[in-house]
Amino acid sequence: MAENKSSYNFPDLSGHFGQFGGIYVAETLIPALDELRAEYEKAIKDPAFMAEFHYELKHYVGRPSPLYHAKRWSELLGGAQIYLKREDLNHTGAHKVNNTIGQALLARRMGKKRVIAETGAGQHGVASATVAARYGLECIVYMGAEDVARQAPNVFRMKLLGATVVPVESGSKTLKDAMNEAMRDWVTNVDSTYYIIGTCAGPHPYPQLVRDFQSVIGEECKVQCAEQLGRQPDAVVACVGGGSNAIGIFYPYIEVPGVRLIGVEAGGHGIETGKHAAPLTTNARPGVLHGQRVNLMQDENGQIVDTHSISAGLDYPGVGPEHCHLKDIHRAEYVAANDDEALAAFHDLCRFEGIIPALESSHALAHAAKMAPTMGRDQVIVVNLSGRGDKDIPTIARLDGIVL
Amino acid sequence: MSRIQNTFSRLQAEGRKALIPYVTAGDPNPAATLGLMHALVEGGADIIELGVPFSDPMADGPVIQRAAERALKFGTSLRQVIAMVAEFRKTNADTPVVLMGYANPLEAMGYETFGEAALAAGVDGVLTVDLPPEEAVERVAVLKRFGIAPIFLLAPTTPVSRMQAVAKLAEGYVYYVSLKGVTGAANLDVASVAAKLAELRAHISLPIGVGFGIRDAESARAVAAVADAVVIGSRIVQEVEQGEEGLNARVQGFLAGIRSALDAA
Repeated sequence: MAENKSSYNFPDLSGHFGQFGGIYVAETLIPALDELRAEYEKAIKDPAFMAEFHYELKHYVGRPSPLYHAKRWSELLGGAQIYLKREDLNHTGAHKVNNTIGQALLARRMGKKRVIAETGAGQHGVASATVAARYGLECIVYMGAEDVARQAPNVFRMKLLGATVVPVESGSKTLKDAMNEAMRDWVTNVDSTYYIIGTCAGPHPYPQLVRDFQSVIGEECKVQCAEQLGRQPDAVVACVGGGSNAIGIFYPYIEVPGVRLIGVEAGGHGIETGKHAAPLTTNARPGVLHGQRVNLMQDENGQIVDTHSISAGLDYPGVGPEHCHLKDIHRAEYVAANDDEALAAFHDLCRFEGIIPALESSHALAHAAKMAPTMGRDQVIVVNLSGRGDKDIPTIARLDGIVL
Repeated sequence: MSRIQNTFSRLQAEGRKALIPYVTAGDPNPAATLGLMHALVEGGADIIELGVPFSDPMADGPVIQRAAERALKFGTSLRQVIAMVAEFRKTNADTPVVLMGYANPLEAMGYETFGEAALAAGVDGVLTVDLPPEEAVERVAVLKRFGIAPIFLLAPTTPVSRMQAVAKLAEGYVYYVSLKGVTGAANLDVASVAAKLAELRAHISLPIGVGFGIRDAESARAVAAVADAVVIGSRIVQEVEQGEEGLNARVQGFLAGIRSALDAA
């Protein structure tokens, strides 16, 4: 868990990160959010709760995740040394489980026997189904019908773990629609149900608590960099959909001078085509969706527009409020990597390092591959390798015209 | 006095309850909305809640979600909805119109621009589902400057402290969500509504409308026994969904049935 920041202290008491964040939900949910906030504040001050959280991270997830020097790939790129924070080696194959363990422990503490979750790529759904099985909770996962089709292995994994997967047919049938449907379930079953939001988005206090649970990534990274490098890196690079893996590694670095923080959004077919999921890169106007005010891909009438990314986990029209704020105060930079760039980085990591990365994480790798050759060999980029790519194998095969 | 206040004073003098139907603007198409609004008035509407379609209607059940999708196929925008109200006002000067929807179309238009246009068109109130009192203070101040009443939701889960917060900001009437759920749900419990309304009235002097889950004369009459107004949405949108042929007569007939049940009570 992150320590108190001396000068950077967000969100404020009303859940705002500067002009972003907040609590834009229907009245029915406000008391549930108030209850969650109160319980969370108690839990993080409760040594027994924190001890259990860290015990689970160590013995169930397998933390700390390694910080790995990708020497061969760095050599081939011919510039900065690239280190990978190996969240792909976590139990369930991605960083998502750090957060679901924290939230499942909260749910249990609050006496909720039923948990719901939304998922895009299925990683958060799997991580939710996993902890629900681990703690004996009923689990319902909402997933856009389009994502159900393109992430079949994860759908089956969730079912194996005992979760019910509900395909969402409304709207664009992707992550945002899954989140709408989860909100509808929550408002209907608010007494019995805990909503495990998977990213650092949604109404206060979710962006804060997801960040806090995920910041174990950056805390470990600081220690590992000190041990392995004797210093902190020149840049930390992470992919950003909602932004939970990025905020997890960025947050402990916010007040560390000299470390560039770079979030990589999904450029899709290219920013200029409009078919992307890059609200920060394109300076999308702030708007209100899913309980928060954030930079949001929308038309001139305030309707949310369809996004595109090869990776379901980045296919979201908004982004967590803290990222909007970090951009606003110029502490973090946000760029985009296109589908084809992410794919190239995916194949490079497979071939040169023997690591199959998630397509989401491949966006961060793609940007690191652009940066490295412009930097000196004594400089260091840490890439948050947020997940492994096993789930993407059918997608990659299809793109290559291979029938499995 | 505002059109909303006038309406409730008149009804109170007559010993009657307000009937507030909801339709989504632009559903089944933008040209149909004006006729539908007049048909609602003919059927006995006291106030019209006109839905502003939004791409991500998180508080709505499938019926109103589909209505928003139909309306958005025609690109129905907040500006167009305001223009529809202006058209309606050309032949109806008295029936209050409350726009109901989500925060983002208002954010995109801007509250100043909206307030000016809404006032000119004859809009009476705005109900923004995902704008609780916490985020509403500055926005509501702008609306009030233009004489637009901010209508707030109260829910079965609302504690006393929040009733007081809403009482400070709200104008026109408040909208009590009768159940935990989305619009069009089927688990209305009139006894628990009655108990909660008694509690609300200790803190809120505005008229209280009740909606979500009211779908026929019987449920409307039961709710009207404890509320000042009855809101019916999904059930009317279901009529719209049946097709445009004979739509206005069908909606008018349905509403007239509710009206006579309310007035007979």
